[in-house]
Amino acid sequence: MKYIIAVIQPDRLDDVLDELNRREIHLVTVTSVLGRGRQKGVAEVYRSHTEAGSLLRKIKLEIAVNDQFVAPTIEAITTTARTGNVGDGKIFVLDLAECIRIRTGETGGVAIG
Amino acid sequence: MTADVFSYRRARPAIRGLLLAGLAATLTVVPASAAWAQDQGKTPAIDKADTAWVLLGAALVLLMTPALAFFYGGLVRRKNILSVLMQCLMLMCLISVQWIFFGYSLAFGPDHHGLIGDFSWLGLSGVGVAPNPDYADTVPQQAFMIFQCMFAIITPGLIIGAFAERIRFAPFCIFSLLWATIVYDPIAHWVWGHNGFLAAMGVKDFAGGIVVHVNAGMCALAAALFLGRRHGYPTKISPPHSLPFAVLGAGLLWFGWFGFNAGSALKADGLATSAFVATHAAGAVAGLVWALCDWAYFKRSTVLGMITGAIAGLAAVTPAAGFVGPLPAAAIGVLAGAICWLSVTFIKTRLGYDDSLDAFGVHGVGGIIGSLAVGLWASTAINPAPAGADGLFYGHAGQLGTQAVGVLICGAYSFGVSLILFKVVDLVFKLRVSEKDERIGLDLTQHREVGYTMID
Repeated sequence: MKYIIAVIQPDRLDDVLDELNRREIHLVTVTSVLGRGRQKGVAEVYRSHTEAGSLLRKIKLEIAVNDQFVAPTIEAITTTARTGNVGDGKIFVLDLAECIRIRTGETGGVAIG
Repeated sequence: MTADVFSYRRARPAIRGLLLAGLAATLTVVPASAAWAQDQGKTPAIDKADTAWVLLGAALVLLMTPALAFFYGGLVRRKNILSVLMQCLMLMCLISVQWIFFGYSLAFGPDHHGLIGDFSWLGLSGVGVAPNPDYADTVPQQAFMIFQCMFAIITPGLIIGAFAERIRFAPFCIFSLLWATIVYDPIAHWVWGHNGFLAAMGVKDFAGGIVVHVNAGMCALAAALFLGRRHGYPTKISPPHSLPFAVLGAGLLWFGWFGFNAGSALKADGLATSAFVATHAAGAVAGLVWALCDWAYFKRSTVLGMITGAIAGLAAVTPAAGFVGPLPAAAIGVLAGAICWLSVTFIKTRLGYDDSLDAFGVHGVGGIIGSLAVGLWASTAINPAPAGADGLFYGHAGQLGTQAVGVLICGAYSFGVSLILFKVVDLVFKLRVSEKDERIGLDLTQHREVGYTMID
């Protein structure tokens, strides 16, 4: 089992979710986050005071998958979230120690699906 | 046929009789009503339309304080939204009580040396429904009183923009009460009071360019200088947390401003209409000019810029609304939009003071521009003497000097006395929040509440 965290551009979210759905990866948690990378922010102007924009709005996806779904998940995200510009985001893959379905108490791979 | 003629002939005297009776009735009623009018001659007659307009105007001006709360509230950080709303709304309670108990009497009561009213109208004693011809001869004096009450509320409200996000609540209340009594009431008396010395000098302020905007603006400057900058200013201050709130507030301010300016005619007449149009023209033009300045300098027109411009234009036209025509009002809008933009963009940055929400840069500067503009564009064709006057462009250059004297005296008094008041209140109560409280936010530290929950 792996835990996949992806940080993507907010405007790519709909495409990424559609592609994940198409590949039968339904379990996903979405959060609106702030962060920064090498990309410079969009400067905002408030009453003539320019904000450099040090933190940028991003979307964070968290997806728990069984091992055979790791590659399709990564493929789904990279193909739909990639624009080729700085700021497209990152995918992190972590080992997942356990998963428990609260309703039934099932554990492990069956609990993920 | 004969029967017809007969009936006609018989009917005619009847008609004539009816007409005569009607005429007789009219003749007897007219002298009676004339006699009634003579009886009422001592206390002028109340005009229903005027009264309705002044009462509606009072309600419109009251709405400007919650509108201002949302205008300012949207511009602060999330953690301080409630503190700003609370400060504005608390003034509605606090200053109304002050006004009814003694504020109105001090500002508009019987004059002493042109400087101040007295306490003879304490608790509105003697201020009833009979009109007071010194102020408005066709509306009940209580209508005039409550209309003025709303001005007394919003003026300290404007100052909040200068010390937002860093003032303790109780000292704020004490300061506001003292300021309303020691600064607002005398200045209102000088400019608007019967026999006030600036009014006697010929200083013209239709709806509060000096009394409200210059006055609040100069106090705001004193506040920003006295309290110092917010921590992190200017680089680490987050952007406005809710521009939609600010836009909502600005829209409602614009709406309320018709009561503020057109209501100040104190009659539902041509002058009120003219002031209404001038107000709208200046606000619209100034919003447009600010948007253009932003466009030219930053390559984008900003929402906050446009609404700020409109407010600056509305503030600037306030003293002039009932003295100038629509085109001079538009010219005032151009001046207000451009000069306030310069003041907020360059002068504030250059001088380095932290007027959090630009209370001075918009209201102070706008008020000064408008009050001086009265000396340029006022015309007795719009508002005849003695209520109105001619400005420089209508052959009376002296009016500009008179206006400048009014602005200088009131501006200096407000700045100086406000500074002293801040110092005194600070010595006794400590005005500014601790650095820790400032970081946590005023909502939680001053009111034990938060504006927004994270989880339902």
